[in-house]
Amino acid sequence: MNATSTPLLSIRNLSVTFATGRGPFRAVDKVDLDVAAGELVAIVGESGSGKSVAMLAVMGLLPWTATVTADRLSFDGKDLLALTPRERRKIIGRDLSMIFQEPMSSLNPCFTVGFQLREAMKAHLDLDKTARQKRAVELLDLVGIPEPERRLKAFPHQLSGGMSQRVMIAMALACNPKLIIADEPTTALDVTIQAQILDLLLRLQKDSGVGLVLITHDMGVVAETAQRVCVHYAGQQVEMQDTRGLFRDPHHPYTSALLAALPERASGRILPSIPGVVPGLADRPAGCLFSPRCRFATQTCRTIPPPRAGADLGYALCHTPLVDGHPRALKKLEMPA
Amino acid sequence: MTPTVPQAVMEAIDLAQSYEVTRGLLAKPATVKAVAGISFALAPRSTLAVVGESGSGKSTLARMLTMIEKPGTGALMIDNVDVADADAGTRRRYRGEVQMVFQNPYGSLNPRQTIGAAIEEPLLVNTSLSAAERRERAIDMMKRVGLRPEHHGRYPHMFSGGQRQRIAIARALVLRPKILVLDEPVSALDVSVRAQVLNLLVELQESLGVAYVFVSHDLGVVRHMADEVMVMYLGRAVEHGPRDAIFDDPRHPYTRALMSATPVADPEAKKERIVLEGELPSPFDPPAGCPFNPRCPLAFDRCRRENPPLEMKSGRMVACWAVD
Ligand SMILES: Nc1ncnc2c1ncn2[C@@H]1O[C@H](COP(=O)(O)OP(=O)(O)OP(=O)(O)O)[C@@H](O)[C@H]1O
Ligand SMILES: Nc1ncnc2c1ncn2[C@@H]1O[C@H](COP(=O)(O)OP(=O)(O)OP(=O)(O)O)[C@@H](O)[C@H]1O
Ligand code: SF4
Ligand code: SF4
Ligand SMILES: [Mg+2]
Ligand SMILES: [Mg+2]
Repeated sequence: MNATSTPLLSIRNLSVTFATGRGPFRAVDKVDLDVAAGELVAIVGESGSGKSVAMLAVMGLLPWTATVTADRLSFDGKDLLALTPRERRKIIGRDLSMIFQEPMSSLNPCFTVGFQLREAMKAHLDLDKTARQKRAVELLDLVGIPEPERRLKAFPHQLSGGMSQRVMIAMALACNPKLIIADEPTTALDVTIQAQILDLLLRLQKDSGVGLVLITHDMGVVAETAQRVCVHYAGQQVEMQDTRGLFRDPHHPYTSALLAALPERASGRILPSIPGVVPGLADRPAGCLFSPRCRFATQTCRTIPPPRAGADLGYALCHTPLVDGHPRALKKLEMPA
Repeated sequence: MTPTVPQAVMEAIDLAQSYEVTRGLLAKPATVKAVAGISFALAPRSTLAVVGESGSGKSTLARMLTMIEKPGTGALMIDNVDVADADAGTRRRYRGEVQMVFQNPYGSLNPRQTIGAAIEEPLLVNTSLSAAERRERAIDMMKRVGLRPEHHGRYPHMFSGGQRQRIAIARALVLRPKILVLDEPVSALDVSVRAQVLNLLVELQESLGVAYVFVSHDLGVVRHMADEVMVMYLGRAVEHGPRDAIFDDPRHPYTRALMSATPVADPEAKKERIVLEGELPSPFDPPAGCPFNPRCPLAFDRCRRENPPLEMKSGRMVACWAVD
């Protein structure tokens, strides 16, 4: 890979709005993301903050009630928004693949694992029947499933949760993708199996230069795998930093509070928790969306949407980004209310 | 044997549970030993955390402790009465002493019942309090868990996951049990909400003196909450002792693998990971000898023949031939 090469995936100002019975709902709000080959970027954030929806938008897998807009949504140099559905299908599932949040609901219970794997290859790879079978065996072996020949004949319900998750990963790998979006790929798994799967994904990333987007709520997994982290809150991207920087010096108050609320990082019996909950459709505040829960909130925060800071401050979406835990511009502006 | 704790609020002695499972039309039914002999003594105002792989029997143990299920064998002592073997009347009397909170804050509440009615229900079933007294007790408990009195008439769908878990905790505590069994109580919650619920549990333990049996697969949470930790594998305790002994110096190879596989939220931490081969063996035919031997990096001959007993070694109970 050379330095001037364009990122594999490039997203600018991605927004997704759902038409709902109670009016339009903005689930993803002006999100940016670049992922290069061989890079692992994590997306973290509160449940409902639009992590899955943003990536489903990239895959073109949202229902018709969703309106997707973006200044740029390109993959491997191609503009995904301009592609016809047929051109898009050629890329999705081959060069760009996704591991979904719930393995059980994404495998078809009526067909054997082997059938589903071979079908995935049929659509995208120029292989004959025997070659597909051979590759299916290789894939299960690669994801660490013992006795692959036998497992190929199994139906999804005959596999444990950990095994179906690995079958999902094998499906995602079937056509040698350039980029994999993994949505909570290990959340339902035991830590010992999780460790095996994360090792596998990291090996693919290092050895084959696959790009990875990893959606997770597990800050431990982020710390151990990602090079860069995007933090989402209520549909917005509130911070983006390299992993070490994020854990050492978070710039957005939400990121800072999120890290402080981890029991692993706590010093006392009572954890510094974030009061309240994420705003819903009905109680979206006027200014900064985090202001009702932010301990640094000022009157400005409550009325004026915050600007985005520069790269040195983790692109924090905040009037007064934190540096070493202290609001930066606060002194000049006003004291906390 | 577990060392006896003076004035334990609950004592489990060799609790076991098996299930008959039919497998397809032709295969003959098989027996799963979901829990194969668990003993512990729970001190008042303390927390015993139970950790272990999926399918290791944690929820089955929790159901026996809360008397939702009668144990297959073994004794469950509450106030020096064996409730495992007791008649229905005695069991009902002690059921109020042990309450349960489930993992899923969505599934454990009836969508057609108001929050107030849900919290008052245990009082209605187990006490002879008047409607006004029940309401008063419910509102008092709601305040303690951080719900507002005006929530009393609302329905579960109007609450967030964290709030629903508060409701479940209020409902479990309204009878003022001595023991609360929590099965993965924070697994479905966001980090920020999880911290709120954990804080609530800490505060309630201090103010009400309730003891917790806390089932969780999240070792960060366990370290934060537990006084004692029990590690289960295939229905057995493989290591059990004070929290710091288990976390600072785990001795059983499975405990070690579990700890080393748990990701640490610190990108600068250096760590060595013990990657285990294979998965939890089928509970239908557990391996001969030590149940961990097919995956154990230290396994030797004896491990494949004899099952190691749970013995006091280095300040904790541990079941492994390789630990002295
Ligand atoms: N088809 C849909 N119609 C309307 N709203 C939707 C739809 N799909 C998702 N949403 C809403 O969009 C928001 C973002 O959802 P999304 O699934 O992306 O969250 P997430 O960040 O992935 O959360 P989690 O961590 O729980 O997986 C949520 O409020 C969700 O309810
Ligand atoms: N009612 C039942 N009938 C038959 N088998 C059961 C029953 N309940 C549990 N089992 C079996 O007993 C074993 C222990 O299950 P249990 O649910 O107690 O495990 P667990 O440790 O709680 O797992 P998890 O972490 O996945 O919740 C499993 O093999 C399970 O399949
Ligand atoms: S803009 Fe204000 S309320 Fe929002 S995160 Fe920054 S300090 Fe907090
Ligand atoms: S008894 Fe043997 S197989 Fe079992 S944990 Fe100890 S060393 Fe491993
Ligand atoms: Mg999601
Ligand atoms: Mg369970």
